[in-house]
Amino acid sequence: MGNEQGKSYNMREFLAFTAAGILEDGKSAFVGTGLPMIAGMLAQKTHAPNLLLIFEAGSIGPQLPELPISVGQGLTCYRAVAASSMHDVMSACQAGFIDYGFLGGAQIDVYGNINTTCIGEHDHPKVRLPGSGGANDIASFSHKTVLMFGAQSKRTFVEKLDFLTTPGFLYGPGAREKAGLPANTGPYRVITQLAVYGFHEKSRKMMMLSLHPGVSVEEVRDNCSFDVIIPEKYGLSPEPTTRHLELLRKEIDPTGMLIGK
Amino acid sequence: MEILQEGQGELIGWHDPDENRQFVLENKSRALKDKTMSAKEAVSRFVQDGYFIASGGFGHVRVSMCIVYEIIRQGKRNLIMAGKTAVHDLDVLVGNECVNRVETAYSFGHEVRGLSPASRRMVETGRCKVVAETSNAGYQWRFLAGMMGVPFIPSRNLLGTDTGKYSSIKVVRDPFSGKPVTLIPAAYPDAAFIHVHRCDKYGNSQIDGIMVEDFELARCARRLIITTEKIIDNEVIRAEPWRTVIPFYLVDAVVEQRYGSHPCELHGQYFFDEEHLAEWLSVSKTDEGVKEYSQKYIFGVSDFDQYLEVCGGAKKLDFLTRREAMEVPLITPWRK
Repeated sequence: MGNEQGKSYNMREFLAFTAAGILEDGKSAFVGTGLPMIAGMLAQKTHAPNLLLIFEAGSIGPQLPELPISVGQGLTCYRAVAASSMHDVMSACQAGFIDYGFLGGAQIDVYGNINTTCIGEHDHPKVRLPGSGGANDIASFSHKTVLMFGAQSKRTFVEKLDFLTTPGFLYGPGAREKAGLPANTGPYRVITQLAVYGFHEKSRKMMMLSLHPGVSVEEVRDNCSFDVIIPEKYGLSPEPTTRHLELLRKEIDPTGMLIGK
Repeated sequence: MEILQEGQGELIGWHDPDENRQFVLENKSRALKDKTMSAKEAVSRFVQDGYFIASGGFGHVRVSMCIVYEIIRQGKRNLIMAGKTAVHDLDVLVGNECVNRVETAYSFGHEVRGLSPASRRMVETGRCKVVAETSNAGYQWRFLAGMMGVPFIPSRNLLGTDTGKYSSIKVVRDPFSGKPVTLIPAAYPDAAFIHVHRCDKYGNSQIDGIMVEDFELARCARRLIITTEKIIDNEVIRAEPWRTVIPFYLVDAVVEQRYGSHPCELHGQYFFDEEHLAEWLSVSKTDEGVKEYSQKYIFGVSDFDQYLEVCGGAKKLDFLTRREAMEVPLITPWRK
């Protein structure tokens, strides 16, 4: 793929750029290992220098010089305002201080519920995955949850999850509140290699908001096992500028550990 | 209180608060005494077969690997482990058949380095059982309730999900707000091991950087082994008491072990040994590979200092120190 300045970029760079664009200056984001961290760093280095990054292991407000491998390593405290604890940051999240939570997963359904626990039966899994980690907490507590899926397909966008690890809108409107989850929370955006999605205000079902350059609506439908809402009007996702790409490649992930080469 | 839902996961490590107070009364000394000993002695005295164990730190960060390897060397069996973002520690303990049950928040993975071939294989072939699911905050707050000496702590996570259904929580109607609320049961691990930057011979400990869950874990564990990079004088502790995060009366054993978190990281001191982790991720794809690794790094050496020599000795440790200081670039040998 290439941008207007003729510079080519890969899908992970595109995903990081798109996710970064959602983050606003002066807000807080709970970021996990991998692409969410890259998106947070990119936002800080561009339009959101005062974005408050928070890591679940306890670091608060770092200004990262290079990409950490883990949300717990010493580097996550680089130029941070506090090196605290999980109890402190998870409590802050539960008390309403976190605007954006960023998550990924193995499977997602039409209501934005996620599976990261197992494929197959829980007690006799075909594939055992790591489990919730902080995902259940982050999606329960953050005001807005952003979900990143680099490989949208019929296998990952499923009719029924093998295991509902982390709450989206559960089974529809009002379900989160009925279960006791904090009011007015839930999934906000889903970013994949094909499109950006939101959730329909009434039905709480996934709805396409913008299509990535060069992608067709048919491709979106062909790579989804449920009926995703395609509105009459939808946008075209913006492309990373040369400056964004240079920041990603030269400053944020120079080894290409996560964005690749 | 009206019970709305009960998790079907096994309730691990819970005790009636009065029963635990009795344990503390009878077993946790308030005497200021020298608790220094070898890793070998600490594990043989304070880790028994069948115990519910918990490891400090987070993922590959500040983990007491010198105790983890000693547990394997002593052939402990039938252990239950807190999978509280437990990564390399859990992987080698499950792979070596020391741990056969896990309560999982995050387990069976090495974060960005990939999934854990060894412990996943043990679960997928039925040799290790996941007895309950929870989340990171869910585990953290089990320790918080334990530390507070209360039977449970209320929270608003795990609701509406299979994670909650397979956990040991109960959901009740909150008598104040009238909304459903999660009750997270207290946890009292039989033994925990936490690696710190420095402590005195009594166990008063200082940690640089984030605490993760160790403030709470140190306070709810029935037996606590502290491993430390360095033993410092009690006067140093008393000069800056606000730096103490774990006071001595919580501690049962103090083990001095320089680089005791290797191949995991220690904030400000040494980086992850990515070459070592890549080797484990590669060889642990088969049961035979796990045996080869353990023979080379655990059974084939007598202690952790010898293990560090096999891992590359002073040259390797100097590199990891310089990497932590960002003087040399990152290497990622586990990348496919």
